[in-house]
Amino acid sequence: MAQISLSEAERTFIIHGIQDNCRSDGRSCEDYRHMDLETDVVSNTSGSARIRLANTDVLVGIKAEIGVPLPERPSEGRLEFFVDCSANATPEFEGRGGEGLALDISNTLSKAYDNPSSLDLESLCILPKEQCWILYVDILLLECGGNLFDVASFAVKAALHNTCIPNVSLHRGEDGETQLDLSDDPFDVKRLDIKQTPSIVTVSKIGHYHIVDASMTEEECCLARLMVGITEEGTVTAMRKSGLGSLHPDSLYEMIETGKKVGKDINKTLYKRLLEEEKLGQNKRKVGFLG
Amino acid sequence: MELLSDQGFRVDGRKPNELRRFQAKMSVFSQADGSAYVEQGNTKVLATVYGPHEIRKGKGKAQHDKVNINCQYSMATFSTGERKHRPRGDRKSTEMTMHLKQTFEAAIMTHLYPKSQIDIYVEVLQSDGGNYTTSVNAATLALIDAGIPMKDYVCACAASFIDDTPLLDINNLEESSGSPELIVAILPRSEQIAFLQMNSRLHEDNLSKVLDCAIAGCKDVFAMLDQTVINHIQSVSASLSS
Repeated sequence: MAQISLSEAERTFIIHGIQDNCRSDGRSCEDYRHMDLETDVVSNTSGSARIRLANTDVLVGIKAEIGVPLPERPSEGRLEFFVDCSANATPEFEGRGGEGLALDISNTLSKAYDNPSSLDLESLCILPKEQCWILYVDILLLECGGNLFDVASFAVKAALHNTCIPNVSLHRGEDGETQLDLSDDPFDVKRLDIKQTPSIVTVSKIGHYHIVDASMTEEECCLARLMVGITEEGTVTAMRKSGLGSLHPDSLYEMIETGKKVGKDINKTLYKRLLEEEKLGQNKRKVGFLG
Repeated sequence: MELLSDQGFRVDGRKPNELRRFQAKMSVFSQADGSAYVEQGNTKVLATVYGPHEIRKGKGKAQHDKVNINCQYSMATFSTGERKHRPRGDRKSTEMTMHLKQTFEAAIMTHLYPKSQIDIYVEVLQSDGGNYTTSVNAATLALIDAGIPMKDYVCACAASFIDDTPLLDINNLEESSGSPELIVAILPRSEQIAFLQMNSRLHEDNLSKVLDCAIAGCKDVFAMLDQTVINHIQSVSASLSS
């Protein structure tokens, strides 16, 4: 990410503002910035979504392919996350420069989704032990303006909601082998239920207080941050602390509570908006990057 | 599957000398010095430009009389029909990177910024044929958005030759049919060719027909690019003055 250099005065200004619950752009400590969300942006994917939060721009494309299930989970499909930090965001991501950050985000997302209740993986099974649907979730970071983990998780949630998996019928071929028939009908598809999927909320500790959705300058002042994966019901699916500073257990509990409260709200709002967007159907105005 | 019907229509309903639908927007991102987004049919490309700035890695590569042009061509893993395993680093991407670098070295006024570097990053979001041509068009707009002095616009277009007819602006289906493909990038006002590549086999008698078709297509693209720049400047100056 682009290096921001802050003077001592700027740092103090930000810390004092947060103490009074008024950040540099007027938000309170628990407010998110304005978000633009659009699904079905890329056509040759099974599902896609794009989210723009201030300067952060993330595009997610999901491709569904048929593959072999894992031996320890023979009757479940699976999700594979891949993050690509595009050089568009900053020249430091050229070549393999963004790989560290990319691995970080993809591992955090995998951990957040790696539990039996997030997504109904058994519905992705076609033939136990032999064939299942593998959803390749590809996240493309186009611009980095702070708070990447949260935006990536919201975009994944939206893209999963948009995903259409063709229905498969099995029949026995002439040689006794089971053959798969994919339906050609674009409306004969299976959708995924994303009500239980987690969103990642990053809570950053600045001074003695903590904030949600840190901008780039606020991230520079932050000593430690906690990333929690929260579902709509408030269940914590994953948790990780990062940053140079250390946290006292009391502040840790407070940060988890804030994360849960904000996470529940944002999940509810996201789901509501996704349903509204879907209801527009054919009337939806396709904007993409042209708007 | 016939690529050109008896009535003279192609697979997507176009006539042989028709371009795909062209849509473009400049200044898509605020953090980059220049950025642009171009859609040609179903091919969607984002280009960003950083620079001119000091050479970061390998100060030894500084050239005393001209600017270093650093390109990177990358395709999103979900951009193609079959999922790509790696967005960049494979041979095709490296080759495209070199082609883009060569094309823009011919157009940018490199003598103005010695010992400096200009980065051009291209990201293909959706690929349906004409990746190089759309990338060149997007990068031209991004360079104009960044305010980097150029001799002229760079406009690119591809043409093919099927059933004795030159076809303009071919899509993925027409590209993978095995017919010859001629890719041309020109500087429209002077009609100089900055980049030329031909694949497969084409009889020399037909070369001038296909080349003329491609160059005419490039001039049409130039009209679209110019209109995009004019619209962008009008909207920016309107928001500045109000």
